[in-house]
Amino acid sequence: MTLLTIENLKACHGLLVALHDLSFSMAPGEVLAIVGANGAGKSTLMRSIAGAHRPVQGRIMFRGQDVTRLSAHRRVRGGIALVPEGRRLFPGMNVQDTLHLAACRKGVWNFETVLEALPQLKPILKRQAGLLSGGQQQAVAIGRALMTNPELLLLDELSLGLSPVAVDGVYEALPKLRAAGTSIILVEQDLRRAMAAATRLVCMLEGRIVLSGAAGSLTREAVMDAYFGLNRQAH
Amino acid sequence: MFWLNQFLQGVLLGGYYALLAAGLSFLFGVMRVINLAHGSLAVLGAFIMMVIYQTLGISPLGGLALMLPVMALLGVALQFCIIEPSLKGGALVPLLATFGLALICDNVLFSIFGADTQSFAADIGTLSYGSWAIGGIFISQLACLVFAAALLVLGGTQLLLSRTQIGRRIRATAEDEDAARLSGVDTRLVRAATTALAMVMVGLAGAALGASGSFDPYAGGPQLLYAFEAVVIGGTGSLWGTLIGGIVLGVAQGVGGALNTHLSQIAGHAVFLVVLIARLYQGGALSAYLRRLRMRVA
Amino acid sequence: MTHAYHVQRWTRRSIASTALIVALNLALLAGPLLLSANAVDHLTTLFVYVMLAITWNALAGYGGLVSVGQQLFFGFGAYGAIRLSQAGVPVYAALLLGGVSSAVLALIVSSFMLKLRAGEFAIGMWVLAALVQLLVSLDPIVQGATGTSLLALNSFAPAARRADTYWFGLLAMAGVALLLFLLLRSRLGAAVQAIRDNEEAARSVGVQVGRTKRIIFVLAALGAGMAGAVWLATSISFQPNTYFGVQWTAYMIFMTLVGGIGTFEGPILGAILFFAVEAGFGAQGVWYLIGIGAAAVGFALLLPQGIWGWVERRYALRLLPVGYMLNLRGGEAGRQRGFARRPSTKPPAASPASEPS
Repeated sequence: MTLLTIENLKACHGLLVALHDLSFSMAPGEVLAIVGANGAGKSTLMRSIAGAHRPVQGRIMFRGQDVTRLSAHRRVRGGIALVPEGRRLFPGMNVQDTLHLAACRKGVWNFETVLEALPQLKPILKRQAGLLSGGQQQAVAIGRALMTNPELLLLDELSLGLSPVAVDGVYEALPKLRAAGTSIILVEQDLRRAMAAATRLVCMLEGRIVLSGAAGSLTREAVMDAYFGLNRQAH
Repeated sequence: MFWLNQFLQGVLLGGYYALLAAGLSFLFGVMRVINLAHGSLAVLGAFIMMVIYQTLGISPLGGLALMLPVMALLGVALQFCIIEPSLKGGALVPLLATFGLALICDNVLFSIFGADTQSFAADIGTLSYGSWAIGGIFISQLACLVFAAALLVLGGTQLLLSRTQIGRRIRATAEDEDAARLSGVDTRLVRAATTALAMVMVGLAGAALGASGSFDPYAGGPQLLYAFEAVVIGGTGSLWGTLIGGIVLGVAQGVGGALNTHLSQIAGHAVFLVVLIARLYQGGALSAYLRRLRMRVA
Repeated sequence: MTHAYHVQRWTRRSIASTALIVALNLALLAGPLLLSANAVDHLTTLFVYVMLAITWNALAGYGGLVSVGQQLFFGFGAYGAIRLSQAGVPVYAALLLGGVSSAVLALIVSSFMLKLRAGEFAIGMWVLAALVQLLVSLDPIVQGATGTSLLALNSFAPAARRADTYWFGLLAMAGVALLLFLLLRSRLGAAVQAIRDNEEAARSVGVQVGRTKRIIFVLAALGAGMAGAVWLATSISFQPNTYFGVQWTAYMIFMTLVGGIGTFEGPILGAILFFAVEAGFGAQGVWYLIGIGAAAVGFALLLPQGIWGWVERRYALRLLPVGYMLNLRGGEAGRQRGFARRPSTKPPAASPASEPS
């Protein structure tokens, strides 16, 4: 059984083609890491799955249903949540309200369980999101996405702009999410971290998938070659 | 005593201006749209209420209960037919479209009701002239009621925004529409609800206008100006600021009018301009002071 | 290689059409000698509309400043003319100076009004117009809402007055249009068009946005003031309620939106259309005004570029050369028609001065 199937997806920014005829699928419970250089189309792919970017061609199937034409908020209610690049919190809203806002689907995640999974949020519940540190903001963004009880959680560039310590704090939460049965797609620049966190790795180059495999089966060298577009076969 | 009376009457008048400005301020705060048809729609509300009285002959409260849902529906239509399509065209198009709407609204009302000045003060019984005498100062019951309505609307909006789920959704939509959608908020629906709510406020203001004063099809322009002045004096985006702005405007008009009847409106506009210029030039100090003042009030 | 192109401003078509427009203006000079009194009056009205349309368009279409208070300058121009005439200034000089007085007023209020943002500026101008109307009504010679008349004009014989007013209106219109045309062709014009296309981008390449907007604002006030003065000359009587009425701005918005906001030719077309619509349906009174409002809403929502904007985009047609054309030399007629909608403006380096702060 597949959770998500992408078929021949093409997406553009104006005249620029960001995704070329892209296809892949993922099973429930997987943690898929997408790596690739800047401009490889990773964020566009994430935004297309979440419904924040409208693809030109292709289909997105989620749990056997075609969601390609569905608007973003309907996909959220169907179980797809995106933690967008740059976090995109509501600067004037406090943490507590931000979390409550996103509660729109029943499931294991509620205000209490989210706070258990992200204990760093407890002392800052009354503070405005715009005044928090980068790591705190990222935790709020993840908490906000969790409150929607996603079956598929999309994490776009979690570690961007964070200190290594803050990144550790954010990544510590991931196993808890998996344990709760959430499937995850994460975009990550840090190859080592991506390979450690993921069950499967997908490498993108110029809008195409150039390498894909179980995280344990790929060597760092093979991924690096694919990352930079070198035509050396993985062993 | 005379001046104290003028001052108090000005404060009460300010309640009406705050009520009138609430819808304008709310819509601007959430959608960054200045609705140039605001005043005309308030006058439309007053006309709808008048028609309900005259044709159905029901109580003022009943008329209000009928008119407000009509205004809310008009708000939804306004959102889907005018505001939403015009927002795609940049910042100028909503101004042009709502100005055209004001022109249509005024002249349709004129074609139906003629240029006569209307009022339904006579339909609301003793409320229109009842007053309390306190130490030689007469305080109109209706003016107090309008002031209370303004407090209720502003306070209610404040509570709605800070305490309820729809309030959070409205705030999220106002701050970052994309991110709101990604949090599962149907922002189109939220915007429609916002405009509907703003129109209910506009309807209440129209009812207050018709009950306490007189109106005609072309009264919308001045009402828009008063509402706008109250919003700007109080600081855009702040609901309690709008109340302060309304009161400052009302007091300026009341005191100006006491000096000379011509001065009433001139004083209102002049205070608006002075506040505006002061804010622009010593923006830092003055707005910081006003912010502190607002915080203390809130 | 580095000079494989040259910049062209005048195309054969635009030379022809500009020549035609100049010739038309010269021909119009003979109007009072050839046309009936009624036609002369109508044409004078048209001149007023053209002035209102092109200057509001300059303000909103080029400067990005939507004002619903331009009646301020229309009314103030007329009031200034009356005041000056009563002070003994010869009547046509008073009318001219009345228009100029609006520009002076604009220069003064621009120092604070232009700091307001879009919607605040729009209504702020309306408040200012309402305030000035009230103040003008206090002037003893205006006698409150009753109004007054430009008595000095009554000393002329009606026929001579009609012709003089016509010529005055024609010259005022041609003068305002020429000023605007020259402004748009000057270095400042490139700045104006850059602001029209993207204010932030213009600012970032060193366009003096504030100063440029101020010049447009004053010029728009001059146009509206002259229009007010010409209107006063045709109707003689002056009531503050009429001259400071917001309907003037409604007309300006209608003409500009229908003709094509942000184009030079569009508002002129819009003014002619408005003139025709008024001649045809003006007698319908209130329904005519409803139609004006509906057309403004319809054009704003459905065809925001207006009739001329649509024509220009569709056929890359431009009659008055306020833009530039880049001609690539050699190759198969590699003509860059940079101005299908947005003329390729001067390169940013052409405006080296950067805005302070």
